[in-house]
Amino acid sequence: MMPLVRLTGLSVAFDGAPALRGIDLSVAKGEAVGLVGESGCGKSVTWLAALGLLPAKARITGSVMLDGQELIGAPAPVLERVRGGRIAMIFQDPSSSLNPVHRIGKQIMEALGLHRGMTGSNARAEAKRLLDLVGIPDAGRRLDAYPHELSGGQNQRVMIAIALAGQPELLVADEPTTALDVTIQAQILELLQSIRRQMGMALVLISHDLGVIAEACERVAVMYAGRIVEEAPVAQLFDAAAHPYTQGLIGALPPMDGPRRRLAAIPGGVPEPWAMPPGCGFAPRCQFRSAPCDAAIPGLMGLSDQHRAACIRVAPAAMPLERIPA
Amino acid sequence: MLRFLATRLARAALTIAMVVTFAFVVLRLSGDPAQIIMGADAPPEAVDAFRSAWGLDEPIWVQYFSYFWAILQGDLGRSMRDGRDAIMLVTERIPATLALTLPALAIKICLGIPAGIYAALHRNSLADRVVMIIAVAGFTVPSFVLGLLLVLVFAVQLGWLPSGGQESWRHGILPVMTLGLGGAAVLARFTRSAMLEVLGQPYIRTASAKGVPWRAVVTGHALPNAAIPTVTIIGFMVGTLIAGAVVVESVFSWPGVGRLLVVAVANRDLAVVQCILLLVAITMVCANLIVDLLYGLLDPRLRAAPRKAA
Ligand SMILES: Nc1ncnc2c1ncn2[C@@H]1O[C@H](COP(=O)(O)OP(=O)(O)O)[C@@H](O)[C@H]1O
Ligand code: SF4
Ligand SMILES: [Mg+2]
Repeated sequence: MMPLVRLTGLSVAFDGAPALRGIDLSVAKGEAVGLVGESGCGKSVTWLAALGLLPAKARITGSVMLDGQELIGAPAPVLERVRGGRIAMIFQDPSSSLNPVHRIGKQIMEALGLHRGMTGSNARAEAKRLLDLVGIPDAGRRLDAYPHELSGGQNQRVMIAIALAGQPELLVADEPTTALDVTIQAQILELLQSIRRQMGMALVLISHDLGVIAEACERVAVMYAGRIVEEAPVAQLFDAAAHPYTQGLIGALPPMDGPRRRLAAIPGGVPEPWAMPPGCGFAPRCQFRSAPCDAAIPGLMGLSDQHRAACIRVAPAAMPLERIPA
Repeated sequence: MLRFLATRLARAALTIAMVVTFAFVVLRLSGDPAQIIMGADAPPEAVDAFRSAWGLDEPIWVQYFSYFWAILQGDLGRSMRDGRDAIMLVTERIPATLALTLPALAIKICLGIPAGIYAALHRNSLADRVVMIIAVAGFTVPSFVLGLLLVLVFAVQLGWLPSGGQESWRHGILPVMTLGLGGAAVLARFTRSAMLEVLGQPYIRTASAKGVPWRAVVTGHALPNAAIPTVTIIGFMVGTLIAGAVVVESVFSWPGVGRLLVVAVANRDLAVVQCILLLVAITMVCANLIVDLLYGLLDPRLRAAPRKAA
């Protein structure tokens, strides 16, 4: 089946420093894919680049195909129809992601006008329906509220309503719960899942928290230093993580039962774009590092039909990605 | 809303009272008006007579309270020079000053704001650099230097425009340019930084992410937010409409309020100086009030009535 969105060799550099170094990732219609990695790995940049939302100084190469249409370098009117109309995106900090001087109803109706040609009382009725759908109580009156009059969790619901206004085929949710209280986090995750089921919409959930992704996604891509280092269905990833970085992330998860203990976080930090290691990006933090790790960047190798990892320790029998029919 | 207005008005009245007091104290401490007006070699009896005629021989606090009391009754005193009502002397100069400051304000707004917006939208471009260099120059060059420079070029070298006086509208061009260009530079710099600040906000990215064309992102999302800090500066400029041209009026011998102030201070013409300062304080305070009301209009976060409690 042809994927809805396919990123191929997507690379981004800021002032010559590589933030993304060749991302290959596809998302099928209706699928829920998680993108996980520590802060600074390039998760946000990946999808901002795909939608053309990075500042002009960003040098973008590679390809982003949406249903057979190339988005990298596409003219502005094409991108404007895609943004919000076919691929919607919501962000980490809902309260500053909404315009403080406009009523939330107006902000939803703007998207309705752009993508569904709705205006006036039609648009208002639909905006109210969307607020109802995302679980805002007293939706009719809330249309006239300003973002500062709502809580963070409610604002994230409004962001979701705006995202849904264009009836997109894919919703990219970039750390949608990171800025919220734990109980609110769970509600927003639940809302995203139920909406996805109702609408048959694909979801890319970006998070630094593997636990969040495990809950809401079918497939996970693990990012490190501007590359995807492992990709697998969720269950398979937890059963048989192949990349030392993924193993580290799983090791850092709090146990399901028993008292909360201190997380076994991976020592060290994510390399900055201007100081990328020559070979495997994870090498400076990896306990299995050996000379070949620094010689060249390891490519993604297929471990099984749907499981690939980019580490020289992955079974030598595994096939290079290129030879696996996608 | 009523309480908001009441506290604002009370604060405004207090500000004006403070200005009046300050003016009174400074003027009384900076030299004897009787001696200055009568001249250094006037006979002492004449000076004494002048003092008692103007009440300058009373204890200072009596003078202060009678002065304050008179103001409350709308009496701003008379000029010690020619005995005319100070308020008359001042108000007849206002049109001349406004003839400079109003067109200058229009130049500031019509030139400074678009230049600042353009520079912000084309950050680091050649145009941005040029605008910023001009703006910094306009910001740092004092207005008398700019005024003299314009005179040198357009009056002396090119001979296109007169260098001083008030005989025709052509006499107004150079002083208006001097005032307007300097202010436009300030406003351009300010607008640019306000726009850059707003353009970096997450809600701008949200607007783009929902498919709003860039033009509409700028006009519909960025400008209404950038207007909030910019209004402060414009409000300040409105506050200087009456007294913001002291230097320029002197450079161009323009018979406005500013020049009257300079002459009145030199002469220790107390009533006139105090009257001008009072007028300045009132315009400033009014401008501030308008800015506050505009804030409420532009920024829903600052609107007084808290609706959340409902
Ligand atoms: N506008 C930008 N200008 C320069 N560098 C940027 C910009 N946006 C992101 N980066 C850099 O790109 C890298 C990846 O960032 P990001 O995608 O935001 O990480 P995350 O995985 O936390 O979402 C980081 O090193 C960040 O500093
Ligand atoms: S390639 Fe080497 S350094 Fe990189 S993760 Fe594998 S073992 Fe570690
Ligand atoms: Mg991010």
